[in-house]
Amino acid sequence: MTMEVNRTYPANGAKAWYQRWWAVQPVRSTVIFALSLAIGLVVWQLISIKYGVYFFPSPSETWIAFKELAEDGSLATSTIDSARRILVGWGLGLVVGIPIGLVMGRFGFVRQLLDPYIEFFRFVPPISFVTLAIIWFGVGEASKVVLIFYTSVFIVTISTIAGVLAVDPLKVRAAASLGAGPLRTMFLVIIPASIPEIVTGARLAMGNSFLTIVSAEIVAAQHGLGALIWKSRNYGRTEWVFVGIITLGILGFLFDRIIRVAVRRGLARYVNHG
Amino acid sequence: MSALQAVTASGSAAGHSIEFRNVSIRFNSFDAVSGVSLRIQPGEFVCLIGPSGCGKSTLLSAAAGFLGRRGDAPGAVEGEVLVNGERVRGPDISRGVVFQSSEALFPWRTVRENVAFGPRIRGIRGGELRDLIDYYIALVGLDHAADRFPSQLSGGMRQRVQLARVLANQPRVILMDEPLGALDAQTRSVMQREIERLWQETRCTMVFVTHDLDEAIKLGDRVVTMTAGPAAGIKSVYDINLERPRDETTSAAIELHRTLRDDVAEEVLKTLRSQRR
Repeated sequence: MTMEVNRTYPANGAKAWYQRWWAVQPVRSTVIFALSLAIGLVVWQLISIKYGVYFFPSPSETWIAFKELAEDGSLATSTIDSARRILVGWGLGLVVGIPIGLVMGRFGFVRQLLDPYIEFFRFVPPISFVTLAIIWFGVGEASKVVLIFYTSVFIVTISTIAGVLAVDPLKVRAAASLGAGPLRTMFLVIIPASIPEIVTGARLAMGNSFLTIVSAEIVAAQHGLGALIWKSRNYGRTEWVFVGIITLGILGFLFDRIIRVAVRRGLARYVNHG
Repeated sequence: MSALQAVTASGSAAGHSIEFRNVSIRFNSFDAVSGVSLRIQPGEFVCLIGPSGCGKSTLLSAAAGFLGRRGDAPGAVEGEVLVNGERVRGPDISRGVVFQSSEALFPWRTVRENVAFGPRIRGIRGGELRDLIDYYIALVGLDHAADRFPSQLSGGMRQRVQLARVLANQPRVILMDEPLGALDAQTRSVMQREIERLWQETRCTMVFVTHDLDEAIKLGDRVVTMTAGPAAGIKSVYDINLERPRDETTSAAIELHRTLRDDVAEEVLKTLRSQRR
């Protein structure tokens, strides 16, 4: 094995400069990322040349639109408004979904009682509730936050239940014979042991929230990335739609990164044990 | 009472007696154990052996309080299981349990935090808690690994953590369900000596489930063999009158091994025959 390597590269110092750089992991991944981005831009440009800028705005058109929307401040307001709705709705989804999931996972009776509703509503897409949400919660922030909450809460509940059910019964037995009652067992064993699944649920719910924000902002939102996308339609500004879509994608990627880093920093001991 | 006083106090207190009085255990329609009567003396070391599925672990679970209404499993226990003359109604810190699988440890807690689990629940805090934990971690020889997580330990070390965690509650009885079953032969032999030493130091009553005959002969004051399930019962009880520490290569030990082997083999064959039918 070693012999083979030595034959290809007679000595370490004899490697060319690009070979040495290529061996550095961050450099390599940055280069690949840049390459991926460049290929994407080229393909995008080619499609737009073929089909025309109105039908498919080019990267440069989109960039101009981006600057336009950034300069008059509407992009920032839209991003902040959407981000706030997502965070509040998603946060409520966690605050409600986790405790319900814990109780459902722990008590078979409660699980059987609530299961039909969970299994029913998780297949009903949030967009079908847009009209009802507006009638029930008004045209203000509440209806949008409720829709994001709706799209988050079931997935969080289901993941939490899965986490609780996956806790090895030996842990519960061990805790009981070490003196833990039902409450301590919940807080000292069930919850810590379920954290990996709860985190997975939270991340999936964040993805759902981004899928839902555009429909939540269909009606009567002044600002928000979804509102921006819907309003651009009225003006026939497809390049604004592109700006909205790209900003949503970047924001989602950013939020997921933040969750992952936060989990790695704050919950490492609960997540990283094999 | 300081931690070290507590340690000494538990060291001088004898273990509790355990008594099975005509115990039968049923899971739904399945008779796991039927009509078991056995009295285990305070401070005695008893090994249970028998073919797999014969209900050794079920008996242990009954003594631990895991079965019945206050336990987590639905098994119906008939007859009486008495520990120190009192009926077992659920798990209790006076009865520590060591499991075969290290899944029983809390992987998000370090060794120290695993061992602290019981004492913290009992309300021990601060310096007293620290002394107590240090004492038991040292007792099982894990001082160098106190701040590691279970995933960073070998199989043998993980079982030491389970032992320390149980001992830190100063139990009167330790129930062990094949605690060395998942270990390699070398580690196993070292751990057998360790368990014997811990038993002699703490004078707890030990009930030890295994299917390793040599292990049973090495450790037990008495070895109890069980008949094949369903409706498993006690087959025979052997007094092991060999001097400790025991050597499994002496002729007396080998003779015992042969007797036990034939005894258990008969039951294993019965199990195989019933499965073939």
